[in-house]
Amino acid sequence: MIYGYAGTILRVDLSSGEISKDPLSEEMANKFLGGRGFVAKILFDELPPNTGPYDTDNIFIAATGPLTGHFLPASGKTHFGTKSPATGGYADSNMGGHFGPALKYAGYDALVLTGQAAQPSCLFIDDDVVEIRSATPYWGQGAISCEAALKKDLGEDFQIITIGPAGENGVRFACISHDFGRQAGRTGIGTVLGTKNIKAIAVKGNGRLPVFDIDGAYRKGKEAYQKVYAKPGFKGWTPEGTAGITDWVNEVGAFPTRNFQTSQADHYRNINGKAVIEKLKITDKACFCCPTPCGKYGYTKTSLGSAYVEGPEYETIALFGGSCLLKSIEDVAYANYICDELGLDTISSGGVAAWAIECYEKGILTTEQVGKELRFGDLESVVYLLNSICYRKGIGDLLAEGVKVASERLGQGSEKFAIHVKGLEWTGYECRNAPAMMLAYMTADVGAHHNRAWVLGHDMTGSNANVHDLVTAGRTGEKMPKATLTGKPQKVIESQHTRPAFDALGCCRLQLMELGFEVENYAELYRLITGKEKSWDDIIKISERIWHLTRAFSAREIPGFGRHLDYPPPRFYDKPVPSGPNDGHCLTKAEIDTLLDEYYRARGWSKGGIPTKETLRRVGLDDVAEVLEANGL
Amino acid sequence: MKLIAQHTNCSGCGICRLVCALENFSEVCPSRAMLRIEGRFPAPGDYRIHLCDQCGQCAEVCPVEAIYLENGVYVIANDECTGCMMCVEECPRGVFFKHKHSEIPAKCTLCGACARACPREAIFLVENQQKEA
Repeated sequence: MIYGYAGTILRVDLSSGEISKDPLSEEMANKFLGGRGFVAKILFDELPPNTGPYDTDNIFIAATGPLTGHFLPASGKTHFGTKSPATGGYADSNMGGHFGPALKYAGYDALVLTGQAAQPSCLFIDDDVVEIRSATPYWGQGAISCEAALKKDLGEDFQIITIGPAGENGVRFACISHDFGRQAGRTGIGTVLGTKNIKAIAVKGNGRLPVFDIDGAYRKGKEAYQKVYAKPGFKGWTPEGTAGITDWVNEVGAFPTRNFQTSQADHYRNINGKAVIEKLKITDKACFCCPTPCGKYGYTKTSLGSAYVEGPEYETIALFGGSCLLKSIEDVAYANYICDELGLDTISSGGVAAWAIECYEKGILTTEQVGKELRFGDLESVVYLLNSICYRKGIGDLLAEGVKVASERLGQGSEKFAIHVKGLEWTGYECRNAPAMMLAYMTADVGAHHNRAWVLGHDMTGSNANVHDLVTAGRTGEKMPKATLTGKPQKVIESQHTRPAFDALGCCRLQLMELGFEVENYAELYRLITGKEKSWDDIIKISERIWHLTRAFSAREIPGFGRHLDYPPPRFYDKPVPSGPNDGHCLTKAEIDTLLDEYYRARGWSKGGIPTKETLRRVGLDDVAEVLEANGL
Repeated sequence: MKLIAQHTNCSGCGICRLVCALENFSEVCPSRAMLRIEGRFPAPGDYRIHLCDQCGQCAEVCPVEAIYLENGVYVIANDECTGCMMCVEECPRGVFFKHKHSEIPAKCTLCGACARACPREAIFLVENQQKEA
């Protein structure tokens, strides 16, 4: 038994039907913590080198952390991982909800799927009982509809993840859906479940988690909630959740519009957090043990139809309301609903749709090719594209590959405004005058995702304030000076260690990031729950180890991996922002190179962006150093 | 004392269920909780809190009179319970549970931990006359 953990890794070979339950090792728990750490370690050790993302041999992992399922604010995170359909390298995507805690209560810290089921299947887990069951009645159903059907068939107390038809059809940016509106959206994690013929995983857990000091952990847990309640952000940030940041991002000129051509939206008041509350919301909807729910479940009515839908959260607002320029929160929510039901990541889908519309405006895509006219701000255009992508109909077959592959095939200069890094579409922050955030996107291990580091506040204000304080302070929309590069790589690295540490611990970072709940609380909770003495600095060192490991994995798996894959799209350098507070500013190619040089040096990587053997050994990854050496890296 | 639910305040976080198990069994094991949160999704998109209101139906149906009223709370005499499950089957609120790791069922002890822990004032512990008022 290892305090804090369930103690077992569940492995299911879908090809043979063999199910095994392996004890979690102390070394694994100590060196990699859990969640993202387990994903990275298992992928590096167990994925046969050079396996393709769509190959039967690819691995799908769901992993929890030592704090998942315990009594502390927002301890409901599950981390999923695989070899990325988006980038061909390291992939993970996490979600809140209630699935991870259920998996742990059932007795498993992680679930590893290998092989491919012979027919559409569901994985059924009820404590010790693990079965691969037919999913034929559910195949083809929408992700939300499938969850509703399974809840009805199995019972309310099962926690369920599903994929939609996009995952079944091999769309490169299909997501995992859970709890009627939470998603592990990014990197094509749902695509890999689809290739394995897994429509859903249902878990019921009745067990208890071993705790080193149960009374102390209970007492500290109660104290932690009281501390969260005392933060100004508890009452100030919670009502609108992540959507509440829309105004601030727009005011600083970082809100992507027209496929990132511009960086402000005139109509932002129609699509912001206030609009979510006034026009859509029925109820707040929280993840496990979270006192500050981001989820705003509601109902939307549009010219194309009406729907119940959770969200939209900030990223969906940015990509559909900003980049695709949908005019109202009702339209944004409807696009969100279509994505949720089809099982599409709203971020990548919004990015792909915006890119397609710009291609159409520039005459690179024609009405004949597309099958209809496309316009920014037009819900019908967006929904048409989403359905085409999901079912790979007409132009959708190309778009289902994501903007990197689609632009390479389409050519005609469309690559220059394909907004991605390494193949993963960019999330909701335009960074031409935000060098730290730009570098964060460039170097994020999964591609252009903000999850790994969010340093836009530092770029725009120079402060390290939490999001609630940033938003409350507001902006006046004044002209921004040209940003300097000083200290940016170090700031990015700091954030790249802090935020992913939560992904390894198995709880949500938003109490820290949005409200300013102090990190020392997590170290103390970790000690009381696991009995292991680790300071927050020790946890950060593990997070750094994981960072080098995921980089090494991508270096091993992506042919020719290196520096050239860390550049942003050409639209983002040497082309000044055309309007707004950052008018006339941009980063130059030379500045991008300076950022990368300094970042690699600070990381202990080569000029080509590969972790050196010395660095890998310094962080306790001697075996990884040997593998890279054997691969000539 | 009684527990009162304000359903529209509930966000489904489940803190109440986890502290119920911690307070009564000293376990991180929400499946032992003696209250239920029902999420009604995709429609109508809300939560319903199912609480013991100390109605006494369990005591009524218990064939061995192992459930009795003490200071306003129905209590199970563990050494008298035969585990027949009549109380579980007849509970009108569906909040009488037998956990798979326990020999006998369990019910709400009116400890109030759920009400104290709820971050959204969705569960209240109130005096009887307050409820009537």
